[in-house]
Amino acid sequence: MSTFLRYFLLILAAASFVYPFVWMLSASLSSESELGNLTLWPVGFTWANYVTVFSKIPLGRAFVNSVLVAVITTGLVLISGAMTGYALARLQFRGRNLIFYLIIFTMTLPFQITLIPNYITMVKLGWVDTYFALIVPFMLNSLSILLFRQAFMSLPQALIDAARLDGCGELRIIFQILFPNILPTVLTITILTFMGLWNEALWPLIVIRDEPTMTMPQLVTLFSVGGRADGQLTVKITAAVMLAIPIIILYLFFQRHFIRSMASSGLKD
Amino acid sequence: MKKLLPYWLVAPYVVHMLVFVAFPVVFSVVLTFHRWNIISPMEFIGPDNYVRLFKDRLFWQALFNTFRFLLVHIPLQIGIALGLAELLNRTLRGAAFFRAAFFLPVIVSGVVVTILWQQLLSFNSGMLNRLIAGIGLPRVAWLDDPAVAMYSIAIMATWKNVGLYVILFLVGLQTVPPQYYEAADLEGATNWQKFRYITLPMINPTIFTVVVLSTIGGFSLFIEPYIMTEGGPLNSTLSAVMYIYQQAFQYYHMGYSATLGFFFALLILAVVAIQKRYVEQEI
Repeated sequence: MSTFLRYFLLILAAASFVYPFVWMLSASLSSESELGNLTLWPVGFTWANYVTVFSKIPLGRAFVNSVLVAVITTGLVLISGAMTGYALARLQFRGRNLIFYLIIFTMTLPFQITLIPNYITMVKLGWVDTYFALIVPFMLNSLSILLFRQAFMSLPQALIDAARLDGCGELRIIFQILFPNILPTVLTITILTFMGLWNEALWPLIVIRDEPTMTMPQLVTLFSVGGRADGQLTVKITAAVMLAIPIIILYLFFQRHFIRSMASSGLKD
Repeated sequence: MKKLLPYWLVAPYVVHMLVFVAFPVVFSVVLTFHRWNIISPMEFIGPDNYVRLFKDRLFWQALFNTFRFLLVHIPLQIGIALGLAELLNRTLRGAAFFRAAFFLPVIVSGVVVTILWQQLLSFNSGMLNRLIAGIGLPRVAWLDDPAVAMYSIAIMATWKNVGLYVILFLVGLQTVPPQYYEAADLEGATNWQKFRYITLPMINPTIFTVVVLSTIGGFSLFIEPYIMTEGGPLNSTLSAVMYIYQQAFQYYHMGYSATLGFFFALLILAVVAIQKRYVEQEI
């Protein structure tokens, strides 16, 4: 295959993935009548769509909720994952293999089976319409434990022995001594967890009915199916743009890490 | 204290697993034998939910829809991902840019992608139909024709995910030692023979991964049909998870909904097990 043809096909493919997003942004800044245009730049530039979206749904509040839920949950995933991963990698105790196999098993379990019972748990705990329902079920995940376990196994025992001689407790060893040595793994888990939570819509749709507690994906979903956009496609697209922008900005900064993290999670399964 | 330490460290996991995995699995089985709307007491009905499931037209419809989705999604995903990975598998200027571009839809929420494609696929003003009409062909009812809508969603899902699989295939392609191709060149092998007898067997594990992840994805489809078509037209895009959701949160049939979830979960595990045997032996 000639180099020219190769580049031609690659550019065509790249355009088909990137151009629709550029078009979305431009459509959100155009008036409704210009929607069908296949242009890169806004036609009849206006902020009106953004004004409409903000006047109809509490998107600012949802943004704060999304950030809160994603940041707190990711933090908890890092702490709990590191603790369990460390115990599995570096400590001897009875039941260690059992727990390891349990983790592998829970990873392969389809969520369809736990969805309804977990909703009922939320109802019985009185957590419907609270942040607890959005955070607690996700504060631990099997993949992060396995990634931490693998990372901790690769470190030299001398590092841990030296810290113990200095009188460090195990928690300090994990978070102060070992963490700086496994930053790529920490970053991978952070990205996977944060992205998953930022984009999640199904679980919030189930456990949150109260608008001020909603996260962005849920609010935008309900807005676009609920008729509050009055069938105006540009307004729906504007809401979608605002949901996409934060994660795209993060992606622009951490592009390589995003790709590496997602690929490593894909290869694990 | 020292002896107990490992147990303290794994305690959060164990508690969480018991509450959010072990209990739900057991409770799910219990639910399948009951009728319950969450408010009034649970009523034991024996195997009625299972009987109902086998006679439920919408259950079979959701299963059929999932099958149609996978029929288009899996080959498309493997073909395009492998093709793009092959294009990228050279020392190329701008390779990082192309990888990053293909990956863009992967990181964005399905909510965003679906709203975007709703416009692209709209009958009158959609970008795709404008292009088609522009070259003089008849417009396609991407979302309004029950025979087409699920395939449209399958195409959209491919567009969203394919970037990830390009990366997986690239990793796979790079594990093939270049000496193999050199040896084949000496023997006068054609490009097709090299692909069929060297590349394909070497990337077989990646193909298996893609097939499994896509299958699980098909059975987990929810937000795409929910936003795009609300399961219509004529239930032609009703997905497995959407039907579970409807039974639970529109009709409050918790027992029946749990039965659907239980059944679909078993089905996923069975299909993946079959794929594992088949794909691994085939190539």
